[in-house]
Amino acid sequence: MKGRVLVVDDDTALAEMLGIVLRGEGFEPSFVADGDKALAAFREAKPDLVLLDLMLPGRDGIEVCRLIRAESGVPIVMLTAKSDTVDVVVGLESGADDYIVKPFKPKELVARIRARLRRSEEPAPEQLAIGDLVIDVAGHSVKRDGQSIALTPLEFDLLVALARKPWQVFTREVLLEQVWGYRHAADTRLVNVHVQRLRSKVEKDPERPEIVVTVRGVGYKAGPS
Amino acid sequence: MSRGGAAPKPGKPGVRGGRAAGVGRKTTAWGGRILQEGTPGSPVLRLFVRWVRRPLLPAVRLWRRNIQLRVVASTLLMSLGVVLLLGFVVIGQVRNGLLVTKEKASESQSAGGFAVAKDKASAPAAPGGQDDGSSDGRAGSSVTWRSELVTQLASGGQGAFYVVALSADSEDSGSSNRGPRASGGVDPVASVPQSLRDNVDQGTGAYKTYASIKYLDGQEPKPGLVIGTKLKDVDGQAYQLYYLFPLAQEEKTLSLVKGTLATAGLFLVVLLGAIAWLVVRQVVTPVRMAAQIAERLSAAKLQERMKVTGEDDIARLGEAFNKMAQNLQIKIQQLEELSRMQRRFVSDVSHELRTPLTTVRMAADVIHEARVDFDPVTARSAELLAGQLDRFESLLADLLEISRFDAGAAALEAEPIDLRDVVRRVIEGAEPLAERKGTRIRVVGDDQPVVAEADARRVERVLRNLVVNAVEHGEGRDVVVRMGVAGGAVAVAVRDYGVGLKPGEATRVFNRFWRADPARARTTGGTGLGLSIAVEDARLHGGWLQAWGEPGGGSQFRLTLPRTADEPLRGSPIPLEPEDSRAARERARQGAAAEQGNGLRLASVPVQPAATRSSLPVPPRPPVPPRTSGPAADPTALPGGGGARVVPRVSDARVEGESVPSQAADTAAAPAAADQEESARGR
Repeated sequence: MKGRVLVVDDDTALAEMLGIVLRGEGFEPSFVADGDKALAAFREAKPDLVLLDLMLPGRDGIEVCRLIRAESGVPIVMLTAKSDTVDVVVGLESGADDYIVKPFKPKELVARIRARLRRSEEPAPEQLAIGDLVIDVAGHSVKRDGQSIALTPLEFDLLVALARKPWQVFTREVLLEQVWGYRHAADTRLVNVHVQRLRSKVEKDPERPEIVVTVRGVGYKAGPS
Repeated sequence: MSRGGAAPKPGKPGVRGGRAAGVGRKTTAWGGRILQEGTPGSPVLRLFVRWVRRPLLPAVRLWRRNIQLRVVASTLLMSLGVVLLLGFVVIGQVRNGLLVTKEKASESQSAGGFAVAKDKASAPAAPGGQDDGSSDGRAGSSVTWRSELVTQLASGGQGAFYVVALSADSEDSGSSNRGPRASGGVDPVASVPQSLRDNVDQGTGAYKTYASIKYLDGQEPKPGLVIGTKLKDVDGQAYQLYYLFPLAQEEKTLSLVKGTLATAGLFLVVLLGAIAWLVVRQVVTPVRMAAQIAERLSAAKLQERMKVTGEDDIARLGEAFNKMAQNLQIKIQQLEELSRMQRRFVSDVSHELRTPLTTVRMAADVIHEARVDFDPVTARSAELLAGQLDRFESLLADLLEISRFDAGAAALEAEPIDLRDVVRRVIEGAEPLAERKGTRIRVVGDDQPVVAEADARRVERVLRNLVVNAVEHGEGRDVVVRMGVAGGAVAVAVRDYGVGLKPGEATRVFNRFWRADPARARTTGGTGLGLSIAVEDARLHGGWLQAWGEPGGGSQFRLTLPRTADEPLRGSPIPLEPEDSRAARERARQGAAAEQGNGLRLASVPVQPAATRSSLPVPPRPPVPPRTSGPAADPTALPGGGGARVVPRVSDARVEGESVPSQAADTAAAPAAADQEESARGR
């Protein structure tokens, strides 16, 4: 599997090591060490995925994440030394798709990257409806009354997963497995944060969701069409 | 002033006593009923008392809580008492004074009257009267004489007194000629009491008494003073002459005094109450303010202060209070600052350590992957490097977790979870290790939902720790995971039948980096922090994590959690000491009793139906476990993650006999002993 990966990390040793591992797995890494230069590097490299350290000199990772997310839906995986609630949630809310806590094993990292890149390999023509939305899975587009709604790939995957089985209530664990590719139970905050982000884009009133409905104590399900 | 009615009417001394006695009787009757209410009487009575008391409860509560009300009420009561007492004394003195004066005046008046009557009787040749009276004959003259006498004597009185003349023998009072005479429309017979008449009849001097003067024309009877004596009329016949002095004037004076006193007293009482209210308010207001501000302080509003005015005691209270609040605020801010610094330090250390560790980790993995190409020494080195990096990582992670607890930065994310799911996941995770050890993990009590508000991640970490420990130290015997729900608590107990715990170790296993034998080589994979973190996790839930164990009898670790996050825990659905251990120890006790008569060991253990849980898979094990002699190499030093508890074998069989009794006492106390629970939680 080919994939360009932009590594944004100020620790040169770690960046080099990441490069070794990524190359060994067949990715094409490029590097930037400064938060201020990250956006320029991103535009230049046009990566398929960004590995982003949260603690950076200059602009911090959160800010970089927000800037990249503002102009692209490219998958962003955060590298963080802090698994404390606030850091992770802030990172996810600023637009990161997934996070990985230092220290991590190379295999773990590669698995996460693959999971984020995997979705481009399944172009099955499919039309789905959820609420008053129409989803074209192959065309990767979501429309309401002919009006297109921009979603990141992860948000799109989340919506598609819910829309494919509108009768099913998805627990957060199931969503983590289906959308993020976690095989073991992981941080369910990932799901919470991304459902909030998705709702802010697709719901008419995010306070009273109709597309992605919360089932108290269980998880989420697609709203009635 | 309703009690004012109890003030005796002047001229009726007897009435006063009777009224007082009546009041006394009433009081005793009341006291009797109150006493009865206090004593446990019949159920009907108790019901009645409860029915009476219920509407009074708010008032009673107000009474208890409001010092101002109490002070004002007691001031009112006491001043009322004082005023009443004063009133009685003053009224009594005024009345006595009035009566004494009246009596003196009356006596001299009546003495003069009697003298006149006597003179008239002894000098029958009174001018005028004799000529008219002689024609009527003796009896007739006597009759008119008396009438004249009464009229003459009464003429000086002008209503200030009345004169009554009665025959000495009351039997013939019916005959008209010797009938009673009276001036001023007074009923002569009814106004003079019989007792006085008897006295007058038998004696010779003047007698007096108080009586009520009755009128023939239906006027209200008036109290009065009656003075009488026995005299002889012109015919030498005895008759009784009475002077009746009505006390209307005195009564008027007295009632005026009473009214004045009552008004003054009422005002006094009301004013005293108002003064008490004001004075108490002066003291109570600052106290209430202090209480209110103390409440706000304890609600973490540390900038609250009392207003201080003046230099009195209240002001001193306020100053001291404010100083205390100031110091508290400073201390709390210092602690908060320290805590913040600590947290930040931990966070920084975390980041600074983790980044290079990540690089090392990745490098080691790359080397480890490529080890097949190396020579054996380098390859083995690569393996060791990778393995120890794992250990280093988990140690670092545990240290950071502990320091998060220490900094108070650990947050509970509780939601309703079914512990059966957690247990299932934990057992799935521990299955590979259990297979290697040849251990079966059995679950008991999972036939009903075990739902509690808990942080799934933390509970899973605790249970994984317990189960992995049990498998590692279970010596290949079964591990039983038991779940229970009761009251407001859920519990999971993990029982193993391994080497168990020595006396006192049940609490020490939770100590950080605790090892049973410090001299033992540290080859286990555990960080020594697993159970410490587990205890903190349990405490974060408001739950308990406790251990029980006996040497050779295995151990049981029990996690108890409240069903809802804010509910305090009162007990656990599962006893800390498993039943099968008691049975075993009972067997051992019987054996021991037969041998040495040592019945001490189970003395304080409540006997339980031993056979109830016999369906549990208890691995065959002799009551006294087999001992290897001598301090052999510790077989429990097993590699594996998260093992905080390292339980040694009891190294010497000879120690066993001595250590068991004390251990029995220790474990006997364990199930109910709050102190052990406290010490386990308190750390």
